Amino acid sequence: MNGNTMIEVKNLTKRYAGRTAVADISFTVARGEIVGLLGPNGAGKSTTMRVLACFLPATSGTARVAGYDVFHESDEVRRRIGYMPENNPLYPEMRVREYLRFRARLKGLGWRRSRQRVSTVMEQCGLGDMGRRVIGQLSKGYRQRVGLADALVHEPELIILDEPTIGLDPQQIRAVRQLIKGLAEKHTVLISTHILSEAEMTCNRMLIMGDGKILAADTSDNLQRLMAGSSQIVAEIAASAEELREHLAQLPHVAHFDISAVDGTFLRCVLTPRDGLDVRPLIWLLARERGWLVRELTRSRHSLEDIYVQITKPREEEEEG
Amino acid sequence: MRIFGVLLRRELTAFFLSVTGYIIIAAVTLLIGLSFVVLITNLGTDPSPMPVTEMFYRTYFFWLIVLLAAPIITMRLYALEKSTGTFETLMTAPVGDFQVVAAKFAAAIIFYIVMWLPMAACLFIVRHLTSQTRALDAGTIGGMYLGTFLVGCLFLALGCFASAISRSQMAAAMISFVLGVSLFALGFLAEAIPVVAQWQTQVLSYFGLFEQMHDFARGVVDTRAVIFYVSLTLFFLFLTLRAVESRRWR
Repeated sequence: MNGNTMIEVKNLTKRYAGRTAVADISFTVARGEIVGLLGPNGAGKSTTMRVLACFLPATSGTARVAGYDVFHESDEVRRRIGYMPENNPLYPEMRVREYLRFRARLKGLGWRRSRQRVSTVMEQCGLGDMGRRVIGQLSKGYRQRVGLADALVHEPELIILDEPTIGLDPQQIRAVRQLIKGLAEKHTVLISTHILSEAEMTCNRMLIMGDGKILAADTSDNLQRLMAGSSQIVAEIAASAEELREHLAQLPHVAHFDISAVDGTFLRCVLTPRDGLDVRPLIWLLARERGWLVRELTRSRHSLEDIYVQITKPREEEEEG
Repeated sequence: MRIFGVLLRRELTAFFLSVTGYIIIAAVTLLIGLSFVVLITNLGTDPSPMPVTEMFYRTYFFWLIVLLAAPIITMRLYALEKSTGTFETLMTAPVGDFQVVAAKFAAAIIFYIVMWLPMAACLFIVRHLTSQTRALDAGTIGGMYLGTFLVGCLFLALGCFASAISRSQMAAAMISFVLGVSLFALGFLAEAIPVVAQWQTQVLSYFGLFEQMHDFARGVVDTRAVIFYVSLTLFFLFLTLRAVESRRWR
């Protein structure tokens, strides 16, 4: 493991009484990355995070954070991570500033340093004038910010956020997302979510989990390229149907096509290319050669959602206990 | 040590910022007041050779307070944190299991001591009114307080353990109440069973919490009783520590 690796998970398995939550997963996260952990409920995201945060031990396999083993050197690891668990548990009877100071001191910051850091993170998380408010009376959005501020207060190298935007309204989600993006400069972030658009917007790289396994791991662009094999080309061309059919059938790169009438003289062709090849130039050349009018020529890219559904589909959902 | 201080402060805040804390203090003050009334009535009727602290103890409110208050004080400590999930944030901070157990226990003890303060006021009033120094000397008061403290340690440690193994506060309170009452009743068993086997009654007599506390209230400090309370307290704290650690090997 070199100095650039933040998280290194090797053959990690976690079994709860009679049930395997995480089955033999391996992955690495480099310093400075924002990695999204995606998957349906019960896929093993939270369990993986809990192991990384030193809350649960692995049944087998190893996990290292910043070079330290999460089980044997858990003190060193815990000093280096800021972890926000699912549902963001807080002490409702404490005031915001009081809570954050308590957490800062608990994480080993000195008295003066903790005051300083608490003010900084409160500013950073938009809690500027909330210091005197009792946590139990805050709205969900503000509570989430308190949780984030807590995760950041000791300037951890790695930030682990378990479903940080769950239960927030769109405005708040946007604010939290902006905040997470801002963290990327200084920290490595591992964030779990089952909302795809969120991962797509914030993360450099994604790990898609299902049934305790990692089903796919790549950047969102690469994941989309991976699926391009089944992408389709849509073309709207003004030509007679027979002529079009005849010429399209001659194109060697087109595996399959459908033609349907749209309006007037235009026909809509949906082509499935062979080997994920982009046949749009060929279509255009053909149209120019024949003197056809073309008004649309697009490739339908699979959205991350399609990929996600496709990858996680065959497995049955199981509720996490 | 600094972490211990931070945790202790947080636990104390939780006690004194919660309604439960004040309800316990109010209820205990009421019970102490009742026993004070009984005490004053007894003092007024016939002369007694007993020290005032012993009379105080013999009003039986003492055990009612200990047996009821200890589970309620301790039920919150772990069970609430587990059910709300804050246990996870707590244990993923760089704190040791031992520090957590020690801080929570220390906070419970401090609250327990504060809870007994009204008794000191009652004793002071008696002393002031009777103007008899013999009725209430430093030895008996010291014995009474040492006994109260030791009994408290034991029952609070028991409560800590019950809370550490449960996820709900109610379950924690019930477990520690049942354990506490059983422990308390164990001492009477020695008297109940006839002297068949010597060693059995002898072992059971060590559990005679009622008699031991009676001695303390008379100002008699028996080393055996002190060792008994201290070791049993440590034993339950050790179990609590193991219960907190158990997430690592389960």
